[in-house]
Amino acid sequence: MTVTAAQAGASGGISGFLDRSRTIAKPGFNRWMVPPAALCIHLCIGQAYAFSVFNLPMTKLLGISKSAPGDWSIPELGWIFSVAIFVLGFSAAIFGRWVEEGGPRRAMFTAALCWAVGFFISAIGVYVHNIWVVYFGYGLVGGCGLGLGYISPVSTLIKWFPDRPGMATGMAIMGFGGGAFIASPLSVWLMNRFSSATNVGVAETFIVLGVLYFIFMMVGAFIVRLPAPGWKPEGYVAPVQASKLITTSDVYVYDALKTPQFWCIWIVLCINVTAGIGVIGQASAMSQEMFPGHITAVAAAGFVGLMSLFNMLGRFFWASTSDYIGRKNTYFVFMVLGFALYCTVPYTGSVGSVAGFVLCFLVIISMYGGGFATVPAYLRDMFGTRYVGAIHGLLITAWSMAGIFGPVLVNYIREYNITHGVPKAQAYNVTMYIMAGLFVIGFIANFLIKAVNSRFHMKPEGTLPIAAEAGREFGESLTRPASA
Amino acid sequence: MAHASQSGTPAWHLVLAWGFVGIPLIWGVSQTIANALKLFQ
Repeated sequence: MTVTAAQAGASGGISGFLDRSRTIAKPGFNRWMVPPAALCIHLCIGQAYAFSVFNLPMTKLLGISKSAPGDWSIPELGWIFSVAIFVLGFSAAIFGRWVEEGGPRRAMFTAALCWAVGFFISAIGVYVHNIWVVYFGYGLVGGCGLGLGYISPVSTLIKWFPDRPGMATGMAIMGFGGGAFIASPLSVWLMNRFSSATNVGVAETFIVLGVLYFIFMMVGAFIVRLPAPGWKPEGYVAPVQASKLITTSDVYVYDALKTPQFWCIWIVLCINVTAGIGVIGQASAMSQEMFPGHITAVAAAGFVGLMSLFNMLGRFFWASTSDYIGRKNTYFVFMVLGFALYCTVPYTGSVGSVAGFVLCFLVIISMYGGGFATVPAYLRDMFGTRYVGAIHGLLITAWSMAGIFGPVLVNYIREYNITHGVPKAQAYNVTMYIMAGLFVIGFIANFLIKAVNSRFHMKPEGTLPIAAEAGREFGESLTRPASA
Repeated sequence: MAHASQSGTPAWHLVLAWGFVGIPLIWGVSQTIANALKLFQ
């Protein structure tokens, strides 16, 4: 007996509510409802960027006013964020296909559940003072929520905005950058509310954040809709023939791994993230060491805040710009401008130009965010709409790798230089030139990106009604090419 | 189905949805800018 998607969707219960067929929009649904749904998810998981606000309080869980013997150290706590980002990349890669085929609502619900439960488990870890429980809670369970949440709205937005895919995904991924702006003051406020003479208030804050984030993310899951088969925006005429670098065909998720285009984009993203992530972690110390006496600790904190703002705004600006100048050209701009700016940074240090230094890094960090936000549209251009979410999930592993390369390049080369007698003000120069060199490699990788060979394209098999093919997008069945 | 009208969603749904995500975001950004400006004074 064949059970249609409509029957499955009508079966009721939580499973029915989450079913892909139940998220198909009715005629007249306004597509501008979908970006807020995506933002509900990304603004919540973007909390990860603000996790450092818990670091200091979590070093005083036993001592309360100051660290006591047995309290956790900063390096121990640093692993919480690292594990979460690592799991983000790999959960996105592993569950990408499931997210694509199960639909956005199921993925968003699962992400909300993982994210909230991650906070609850971490609260238990803080309460019993066991760091491994926190690694498991926030790092592993929460990290899965991060990965699922990060990719869940991407392909949905691309389907709703075929005319402006860069802008649409830029809006959502901007939310990931902006989540820290909400989480940071909110967490500090909550810890102040819950703290007492015997408690720093971290566990209670985790519980409240878990509840709030679950509710907020479920609102997104409730709002989200998929376009009906064949839907197009008013006035939009889909290109009949593929342009040079924008395909009208689809590539199966695991076949994308066999194409050189996937790995070229992987390299480009990895380099772009490496260049930004190392600086983000070291911005405060680096600015003070390069400009001793000019940039104080207080001013450096302001610089870090501005960098976060440009990280967020760059996501929307560059991704939207890519709709007009093309994805490949946008990454050319990142690589050329990144090279020039990283070569300029040592000069700004040698002439004592704080304004030049700040300007260079604000542009670099805007391109760091822009690289994240533009890449889903780049993947859509190369591999089509159908599996773009799953392919995006696989690509996120570049982020995990960059999370290791970036800080290593900045921190270890600095340490090496200082131990070999280089003044602190010049200890970052070699790193800057290495970063500039990486952009040259990125430029070459981006230059090598051509249209995907048609042998990787999925072939139409026939036409089936959408109700009978819950996992099919456009009422058309596609099969993998035998040759791929 | 193609070129479907977008008039089926009431305007207040859009306002509510965008307000739900926009207000917390604007609050957070304003907090950050206020702190950044204070720090540079």
